[in-house]
Amino acid sequence: MELFARAALHLTLLLVFAPLLSGVIARTKALFAGRTGAPLLQPYFDLARLLRKESVFSRTTTWVFLAGPVAGVAVPVLAALLMPFGALPAPFAFTGDLLLFVYLFGVARFFTVAAALDTGSSFEGMGGAREVTFACLAEPTVLFCLIVLARIADSLSLSALLGPHLAAAWRTPAGLSLGLVVVCLLVVLLVENSRIPFDDPNTHLELTMVHEVMVLDHSGPPFALVLYGAALKLMVLGAPIVRLLLPVATGHWAGDALLFLAGMLLLAVLIGIVESVIARLRLVRIPQVLIGTTLLSGFALVLVLR
Amino acid sequence: MAELSNLCLLLVILVNFFTLGSARLGACIHAVALQGAVLALLPLATHGLNGHTLLLAAGALALKGALIPWLLLRAIREVRIRREMEPLIGFVPTLVLGALATAGAFIFADRLPLIEAHQGGLFIPTSLATLFTGFLLLVSRRKALTQVVGYLVLENGIYIFGILLAEAMPLMVEAGVLLDLLVAVFVMGIVLDQINREFSTLDTEQLSALKD
Repeated sequence: MELFARAALHLTLLLVFAPLLSGVIARTKALFAGRTGAPLLQPYFDLARLLRKESVFSRTTTWVFLAGPVAGVAVPVLAALLMPFGALPAPFAFTGDLLLFVYLFGVARFFTVAAALDTGSSFEGMGGAREVTFACLAEPTVLFCLIVLARIADSLSLSALLGPHLAAAWRTPAGLSLGLVVVCLLVVLLVENSRIPFDDPNTHLELTMVHEVMVLDHSGPPFALVLYGAALKLMVLGAPIVRLLLPVATGHWAGDALLFLAGMLLLAVLIGIVESVIARLRLVRIPQVLIGTTLLSGFALVLVLR
Repeated sequence: MAELSNLCLLLVILVNFFTLGSARLGACIHAVALQGAVLALLPLATHGLNGHTLLLAAGALALKGALIPWLLLRAIREVRIRREMEPLIGFVPTLVLGALATAGAFIFADRLPLIEAHQGGLFIPTSLATLFTGFLLLVSRRKALTQVVGYLVLENGIYIFGILLAEAMPLMVEAGVLLDLLVAVFVMGIVLDQINREFSTLDTEQLSALKD
């Protein structure tokens, strides 16, 4: 029963509050640009509107085309069950679940790209190629960061990696590595969620799109699933960063949940600020930046290994 | 104070990576200025506040953090160049080489027969890594200005080594080194000017071709 309650709390936090983060990001960007901006709950209205519409399917598409959005929602939900939200421990934890966590997102990416290829549009194929290239370059960074955390925690389970020892670890020499890990994870968060400076979630300019181009053909409820899946992914991937920066526990589950949500909202504001002050990188520069973060995370590993 | 100096040394290494990966000359010069300013903090962080360390810090801050970067920024404004073109070894390979060298410096420093106090610290590996970064910049870039930046980074590496000996090193020695550095940058400035006048570019490739 205990397990059931924890899983329910985890999923409620994730499913209810994830779209709010996109609203906060959009609002922060609007304030920076001097506009009032859309209401904070706009992503919820958008989802409701899309769900009421009917969808149009191209005649060339098959069931694969629908598998993309479905996997895009299912994977973050599954991954969330392995990831502690702030001081709330994950409902499921076992040795080596960090690898499952990383490659669950690989499954989602495979289905998104497959759905894009299924439309038969060469343009969407190009978007898929870019997405996979960037993912390849971001993956070593994630793994290096997780190895650093595993070394500090001396464990191979995400719940232990992001456990209560982090508060003490910041004050030891390993704190330097933790700082580097936070920076690297932040870059990966921006890449994986196709945010500026790596990709612009709002652009519909043909040659600059990366992620957005793959979902051009989705409409109605499947497109709502795509948007919802992106919001869930942002929350699940942001959770470790919030935990690393706020390694405190209040002792009560409600307090912990509130603290986690406050941390996530601050992270969303931070992403909004980053998107407002940094210009989008040229496509050829992105691999350089990603290789740079890989080296940085590798350096963090050298620091904890010596 | 050990934490402050560790943080400074980490910043120095991050600046190393940045100068290796960045194509914009202005950003590189600013980064080296930041590195110089951070290095000025180091003697205070390791040996405490006294007249000797204060003078060391003030000298480093004035020269490495302000005067030389100002001269270089003025130079790029005069010759109107903004970016390094594709270097002899590309940006990503030099970045990878720099990271490998940094990792190597850490492994090498752990094997060195150091005195107890310096064992396991960040000073020696950072100094070796910075030396190598400066060396890489010197050999891999085409623009003469970036090579000057490389020379500055190389000197910063030596300076980090010197800080460990700051107690034993008379102030005159450090003042002499800083003066040397300034004179060297002046001389390089004159050479840059000559290269620019002769070829109307700062590309040192021109120098390796013989005139017919």
